[in-house]
Amino acid sequence: MRSLIDVKKSDAQQVKTNTDKSVVNGQKNVGLGGVGRSKKHESADKQVAGEAIYVDDRPSLRGELHAAVGQSTMAHANIISMDLSAVKAATGVISVITVEDVPGHTDIGPVFPGDPVLAIGKVEFIGQPIFAVAATSFDLARKAVKLARIEYQELEAVLTVKDALAKQNFVRPPFTMKRGDSDSAITAADHQLSGEILVGGQEHMYLEGQVSTAEPTEDGGMNIFTSSQHPSEVQKLVAEVLDIPLNKVLVDMRRMGGGFGGKETQAAPWACIAALLANVTKRPVKFKLARMDDMVMTGKRHPFENNYTVGFDKDGQIKGINIEVNGNCGYSPDLSDAIVDRAMFHSDNAYYLDQATVTGNRCKLNTVSHTAYRGFGGPQGMMTIEMVMDDIARHLGKDPLDIRKVNLYGTDDRNETHYHQKVEHNNLSEVIESLEESSDYQARRKAITEFNATSPILKKGIALTPVKFGISFTVQHLNQAGALVHVYTDGTIHLSHGGSEMGQGLNTKVAQIVAEEFQVDVDTVACSSARTDKVPNSSPTAASSGTDLNGKAAEAAAKTIKQRLIDFACEKYQVEAEQVHFENNNVIVGEQTFSFAEFSQIAYMGRVSLSSTGFYKTPKIHFDRATGKGRPFFYYATGAAVSEVIIDTLTGEYKTLRTDILQDVGHSINPAIDIGQIEGAFVQGMGWLTTEELVWNEQGRLLSNNPATYKIPAINDAPKDFRVALVPDAPNREHTIYNSKAVGEPPFMLGMAVWSAIKDAIASVNDYKTNPKLDTPATPERVLFAVEAVKAATAK
Amino acid sequence: MVANTIKFLLNNELVKIENLDPNTTVLQYLREEQFKSGTKEGCASGDCGACTVVLAELDTENSGQLTYKSINSCITFVGNLHGKQLITVEDLKEGAQLHHAQQTIVDNHGSQCGFCTPGFVMSSFALHKQNNTPNRAEVLEALAGNLCRCTGYRSIIEAAMTSSKDAREDSFAKHYQATVAALTELEQLPTPALTGNGHNYIAPKNIDELATELTNEPKSTLVAGGTDLALSVTQNLATIDKLVYVGNVAELTTIEETETEIIIGSALPYSEFIDTLHHYYPDLGEMIERIGSKQVRNTGTLGGNVGNASPIGDMPPALIALGATMTLHVQGQERTILVEDYFVDYKKTVLKPSEFIKSIQIPKPTAGQTLKLYKISKRIDDDISAVLAAFFIEQEITENGQKITNVRLAFGGMAAIPKRSPVTEAILLGNSLTKALVAQAKEALTTDFQPMSDVRASDKYRMTVAQNLIEKCYIELQSANARKVIETRVVNHA
Repeated sequence: MRSLIDVKKSDAQQVKTNTDKSVVNGQKNVGLGGVGRSKKHESADKQVAGEAIYVDDRPSLRGELHAAVGQSTMAHANIISMDLSAVKAATGVISVITVEDVPGHTDIGPVFPGDPVLAIGKVEFIGQPIFAVAATSFDLARKAVKLARIEYQELEAVLTVKDALAKQNFVRPPFTMKRGDSDSAITAADHQLSGEILVGGQEHMYLEGQVSTAEPTEDGGMNIFTSSQHPSEVQKLVAEVLDIPLNKVLVDMRRMGGGFGGKETQAAPWACIAALLANVTKRPVKFKLARMDDMVMTGKRHPFENNYTVGFDKDGQIKGINIEVNGNCGYSPDLSDAIVDRAMFHSDNAYYLDQATVTGNRCKLNTVSHTAYRGFGGPQGMMTIEMVMDDIARHLGKDPLDIRKVNLYGTDDRNETHYHQKVEHNNLSEVIESLEESSDYQARRKAITEFNATSPILKKGIALTPVKFGISFTVQHLNQAGALVHVYTDGTIHLSHGGSEMGQGLNTKVAQIVAEEFQVDVDTVACSSARTDKVPNSSPTAASSGTDLNGKAAEAAAKTIKQRLIDFACEKYQVEAEQVHFENNNVIVGEQTFSFAEFSQIAYMGRVSLSSTGFYKTPKIHFDRATGKGRPFFYYATGAAVSEVIIDTLTGEYKTLRTDILQDVGHSINPAIDIGQIEGAFVQGMGWLTTEELVWNEQGRLLSNNPATYKIPAINDAPKDFRVALVPDAPNREHTIYNSKAVGEPPFMLGMAVWSAIKDAIASVNDYKTNPKLDTPATPERVLFAVEAVKAATAK
Repeated sequence: MVANTIKFLLNNELVKIENLDPNTTVLQYLREEQFKSGTKEGCASGDCGACTVVLAELDTENSGQLTYKSINSCITFVGNLHGKQLITVEDLKEGAQLHHAQQTIVDNHGSQCGFCTPGFVMSSFALHKQNNTPNRAEVLEALAGNLCRCTGYRSIIEAAMTSSKDAREDSFAKHYQATVAALTELEQLPTPALTGNGHNYIAPKNIDELATELTNEPKSTLVAGGTDLALSVTQNLATIDKLVYVGNVAELTTIEETETEIIIGSALPYSEFIDTLHHYYPDLGEMIERIGSKQVRNTGTLGGNVGNASPIGDMPPALIALGATMTLHVQGQERTILVEDYFVDYKKTVLKPSEFIKSIQIPKPTAGQTLKLYKISKRIDDDISAVLAAFFIEQEITENGQKITNVRLAFGGMAAIPKRSPVTEAILLGNSLTKALVAQAKEALTTDFQPMSDVRASDKYRMTVAQNLIEKCYIELQSANARKVIETRVVNHA
């Protein structure tokens, strides 16, 4: 018989007081678990010491091989013949496979079919994997795939959105959301305007590229270690390509070196290929994408080409609008249906559109299949209406902020979206007014006008833009989560949940929630890999939902165990439930105080189950795509940013001088982590709209295929003066976990303030009389040409 | 005498490498040979800084001091480690105690996904070893070569700005004298070399050894920092048969000043001469701060930037505008040519087989001369120029006002080679700089150049911006004499 571990007995004299100074907003000290306080990231100490293990850092397995794939060099072509003899003969090559060698499904499309794991007779974009190699080293595998001789019969390639629209070349059918009669309202309005905008895509540029290791198991299954936001989908797709049941595939996901949506569906192909090669060779196979291959072979944020026609009154208030959003989906559906839907759902951003028709097209182009990226189409949808705000303002000669304010959703009326969801608990006016004041917007606006009057070359601009972002997966069934909590006999707790850690601090927050439930120190709770054998059928960690869903599921699991402990205490010590308290790492039962560890042992000896699952599904949500009506979102996350920029009218160069942000995160579970999310999202959003330019050539080849040619923000791009605040005392009025609000995606769109401020600076060149057109990304080149266009208009 | 060995300190341990392919990068060596996975591969092209490690070296003045330099391990060949101390992120912790450069990132919530973090830690560590109370500008300069996709940088900047009282007391400080002694001993060793997988590497110690080596093996590839060359290996999967490292050649790693010139050894890293050039030509110093990143400037050299004859190198237009010369050496024979005459066509130069660049001579400024430099790129930090404009103008005051007596307008990114603009220069020469003259010069530039479109910029942008830079230069020159200075550069708003 095993004896129990020695544990610290409760010392009732030693009352632990909570001295953490990071309590925000004067919230009550909610206890040792630390919900509401700035706990450091659970991996921080390991990350700074180089001790945090990513997939590529795992010790090599005996006999481990390395994979690489041969890529299409044509955007659209039939494969006439394939000579892989030189590949097979190359140094170090152990195995070469094509789609013929796939025992199960050959299509790994995540929602709709269309993504062959390896090309089936034809290729649809440059970079498409055609065959795969397993070799004894990473370099040998990469060298070998270059030796293939593939003959193509070229087919006509669609490489522009305009061409796809003309040919009605779509990956999914178009869809329209409608409220009222927009055409009549536009005609009847005092003023009409129309315009169009090209919104660029975005490379995820997670610092850790795509990587998976597949290790064959003794019973014909596969263990997968992957950098994926969706382990359960990797499990399913690996099982399908191998034609084995799900229970033979185990997926382990400890942490990602960044995801941002790029590892939601598009981590799976590399895991599948590694598994196929491992299956053939019966050896472990690692597939790590070299950076350039990653940039060429994985999808990006969808570029969009949007247009609008709006009718508005003399105050600039919208009376009716028609918006068309055209997403460049690449060659396959992937997640594009839901992404273009979300662009449509967010075509209003924070504004009441009144009579509105919003149409979304899912254009099929012969490029890599574009995919989820922070905001999931929402940002591209919002760009149109933010452009409308600036356009109306300059048309009427007003400050764009006034136009934004006059169009905000109301609280009692003017509060229904174009998809007929009522905007409840609307705090947009308060957020904007508060930020306008704290950022000193009006005084700075004046100072900027004065600066511009005396500065012939450099011009400054300022803009305030809000964000209202719908929280929930718009695909209803994904809004569920599971968790598994164990309490051990030394009083330590192990937590598993279905979410995956990509740096956003999910594990930290969920551990805080579990620790809070038991009133123990947060470091009592260990949270290791997300594993499909611990928590099954999980949803992707996406849509900003990680904490909302998994936090609730983990809380439920902890509550179940806690209730068992209370019931046990009542029975054993003959007390009422009200006399059992969890406090300061102790369990207080009537007059007696036990340490949590001590009481866990007593419960174990009393044969109480100290392990439980937990489950959560989001309430209230529904959407009927047939009518375009419903409540797709449980709630909205809101925020606003003011950015001030300076531009050079001779070169188009610019800098963001200052940014103030006010974001509503509800009752923050961890303010430091939330602020980190906001700052990072803002800078990433700014990068999307400024320096991050994807360039394809006329053959459909990606030219911006490495970090030397694709420029994400670097340290000097961060605003010199960067002030981020959380809306104080703002518990979510929906019953989310501790009344917090999602934070991953919403602040991304605050980057729009920079784009709008650059336009403001450009407009100053002609005393704000000419409305600059500025497609994105607003590279120095685009900014210079916009300046020149305004100068030319001035001359007329 | 040549020893077929590379010896260096891995933290405090003396390591000997024999029989390893010299095409191996330091990053590959750390991860695959030493099983140290703390140093990350983000791009393998020197663009992201995730692989940053620190090299401690005896400083060039031989004063018994160590300098700590951040480098990109992903584009540094393993042979370059010889005689140095290699410090990686795993070496910073003392027992359970995080180093200042680590603890400050934890305290400021400066790591999220954590993949870039070891690189930031090492860049911050190198900075604090050289300067334990850095200001914001110094922090930005030191960290501009490290990309983070999660944090938005604010927390990392604050971490790195936290002064480090204990940087002088860390484990490296405790081992300082022992390290100096060990490195001094390594310096005395015979010429290091490395052979593996049929490929060779040698690091000559003086110019005669180098010249002989190149005469015997004219097909050798010269490598200094390797910040460009290594990409052929990591990105294009090439293999280099014979590498000759010039970073140890004494005569190539000096900086000297005469009354009229600054003479910079071709293998001297930027970080060793940036201050001198900044002193004489502030615009040049500022521009060099935007060449690559700190990691690149710590190993990259003038010889490399000029030698590879890229049309988008930033130094060649500046050197051409300055009228700089270069000394070429082959087996004891030397010739000095204008940098301008070095470039023949795209990646083609006048360099003969076995010949190498010994030094670059930059004239010191005299009264009436102005150098204006403009680097135009999508991003301010660590980006390759769309256009690099270098304007050297000499004016003389005559009774009719100022007159241009000497002018060299050189551009990068506008043609297949870095190139002057003869037609435009002819318009300016001998005339007074006026608005009307500038308009003519802008027009003339279209005769001098027909730039191309690529991933960085369109032909139209390149031409427009090049023309506008002439206008900007004019405004700046006018403004310098005016009572109210007109602001013209956004980069000054860092």
